[in-house]
Amino acid sequence: MALLEIRDLHARIGDAEILHGINLTMDRGEVHAIMGPNGSGKSTLSYVLSGRDGYEVTQGDILMDGESVLEMEADERARLGMFLAFQYPVELPGVSGMAFLRAAVNARRKEQGLDEVDQLGFVKLARSVAKNLGVGDEMLKRAVNVGFSGGEKKRYEILQMALLEPSLAVLDETDSGLDVDALKIVSDGVNAQRGDNCGMLVITHYQRLLDHIVPDYVHILAGGQIVKTGDKTLALEVEKNGYAGIHNAA
Amino acid sequence: MVATVETINQVEQATGSYKYGFVTDVEMEKAPKGLNEDIIRFISAKKDEPEWMLDWRLKAYRYWLKMPTPDWAKLNIPPIDYNDIYYYAAPKSAETPKSLDEVDPELLRTYEKLGIPLNEQKMLAGVAVDAVFDSVSVATTFREELAKAGVIFCPISEAIKTHPELVKKYIGSVVPVSDNYFSALNSAVFTDGSFVYIPKGVRCPMELSTYFRINEKNTGQFERTLIIAEDESYVSYLEGCTAPQRDENQLHAAVVELVAHHDAEIKYSTVQNWYPGDEEGKGGIYNFVTKRGACRGDRSKISWTQVETGSAITWKYPSCVLRGKDSVGEFYSVAVTNGAQQADTGTKMIHIGEGSSSTIISKGISAGKSQNTYRGLVEIHKGAENARNFTQCDSLLVGDKCGAHTVPYISSRNPTGKVEHEATTSRISEDQLFYCLQRGLDEEDAVSLIVNGFCKEVMKELPMEFAVEAQKLIGISLEGSVG
Repeated sequence: MALLEIRDLHARIGDAEILHGINLTMDRGEVHAIMGPNGSGKSTLSYVLSGRDGYEVTQGDILMDGESVLEMEADERARLGMFLAFQYPVELPGVSGMAFLRAAVNARRKEQGLDEVDQLGFVKLARSVAKNLGVGDEMLKRAVNVGFSGGEKKRYEILQMALLEPSLAVLDETDSGLDVDALKIVSDGVNAQRGDNCGMLVITHYQRLLDHIVPDYVHILAGGQIVKTGDKTLALEVEKNGYAGIHNAA
Repeated sequence: MVATVETINQVEQATGSYKYGFVTDVEMEKAPKGLNEDIIRFISAKKDEPEWMLDWRLKAYRYWLKMPTPDWAKLNIPPIDYNDIYYYAAPKSAETPKSLDEVDPELLRTYEKLGIPLNEQKMLAGVAVDAVFDSVSVATTFREELAKAGVIFCPISEAIKTHPELVKKYIGSVVPVSDNYFSALNSAVFTDGSFVYIPKGVRCPMELSTYFRINEKNTGQFERTLIIAEDESYVSYLEGCTAPQRDENQLHAAVVELVAHHDAEIKYSTVQNWYPGDEEGKGGIYNFVTKRGACRGDRSKISWTQVETGSAITWKYPSCVLRGKDSVGEFYSVAVTNGAQQADTGTKMIHIGEGSSSTIISKGISAGKSQNTYRGLVEIHKGAENARNFTQCDSLLVGDKCGAHTVPYISSRNPTGKVEHEATTSRISEDQLFYCLQRGLDEEDAVSLIVNGFCKEVMKELPMEFAVEAQKLIGISLEGSVG
């Protein structure tokens, strides 16, 4: 059964329909890239998938492991294994990173019928995961995302992803605001989590991220629809001809 | 999301979210309803008080009769019929508890249910408790151990008899009888409370704590607490409060006086969780409290930390009179209001001594259709050379039907004084909430986490044993507040 199946998805914010019938099927172990110009509906798609308030599905369905998630709240979807790496991670002043991460991990574990991790056990776990991603202990002690640089915020997202071990990871413009070195670190972190248990949807504007996170499929999103699907060479085509070239050809 | 909140509301309505709302069924002895000189004589006789105490009470009563009710706070206070209240209610069994073995098991069970086991073996290590049930203290733990250190920790009704010289010297010396309407009322009818005396040079070996419980219907609780810290002594004291869930309003008018001598430090923490009333504002405690600390000695320090989540109406301004040279006053406050609650709370820092300094950190969180006001006075007297104050008032709004207000009064009569005031008002943003939800936290947990983050600077001032409880309490108080 497919990990994720998006069927003829129409969605709107307020009165404006942004997504006009999206179809996409992804299996576990696959990495799909969604590329598109500004305003094509990329971020909307990530919010609709993750169940953000204010994004209304008017037609179609989203299935995870064959089960519709449309009636589920954002937190239920998350506990089921959906993870969104934010384009702009949000600051939570005064909220200790350790407490936040542990609450998130335990919410997910509870859903899976696993025992909660105690404070001490979690500190050990978080430190070892952080170390692998090159995230310093000092960052774990700070309030969530407060005073983090752009690169730190993105790395922190990937750290959360590694701790939560999602079955479906949606990466929304994870490359934005990263310099070449930071891009490499973040991509390495993502690649380390590729595997048979996890499907990834990588949303990006630029091809350069896909040099590091090599996708199995590339979809071009334009005007709220997927206009073309191909393998990784499609991304190179975009790089060469621009979105306009692809869109017109389709 | 709306659906989730609705379900939560339904469950709450069915079960009641205030988990301390139960009533203990014990036989009570009560004075007749109403307030007059005979009732005061009755209370005084019941407590077997000396003549001077009765005279003091009567004087207070006569003052009170002439005083108008204060109306300056941003509170809508329905008229209170002072003759429709019981001023004395005590469990019959509790008249003379000598040791824990003699305390009515029903009362011990009540405190156990409240999470305050009075059995010394089961208690939190290092915390001594005085348990006040309606008008009397029913048990005080660890007294012998404290006595070894020379610390006196007992019900004030007992101290009046056993240490009259201390009580006579200090009672009313920080909060005069005529200070305000509610302090005069309290002085006339107070029934019990805690008395603490820390001798010179002693660091109190454990946390002291008083747990106030209002149980009887139509009964007011008027407790009086007096803490004296002699030169170079230290004490940390915590009070907790709960009451049954009732449709009628109940009055709680307490007076707390603290005295710190040279180099002494008193840390006073409150976790106030009186029944707040229901969503529509029916029932709940009216909490009119006068708390004041006198930093009489040089380099003395008094620190107030309060977490206020309960009560239908809160009227409370724990203050410091900084008379000693280089004395220090601190006020750390979290006030959470939800439903139809109203809070008008803050502090007064009166700088009289040279080099005195004070810090005020106030965090107000309003949800539902509640109103939350910070009201604070910083006053620098003429002789207070180089006095300093730093004030920070932050308000957090949850939802769009509540109100947050900040009313600072600043008066400086010495040109060397330095006063800083910072204030912010913010909202829990939809971005923050979604970020937490996307990590799998449910809405209640997300709000609790964000609010506790907002209050962090204050929460870290609480004694460790109580910080966790207070964090949970803030979460519970805000349940059903996001829609």
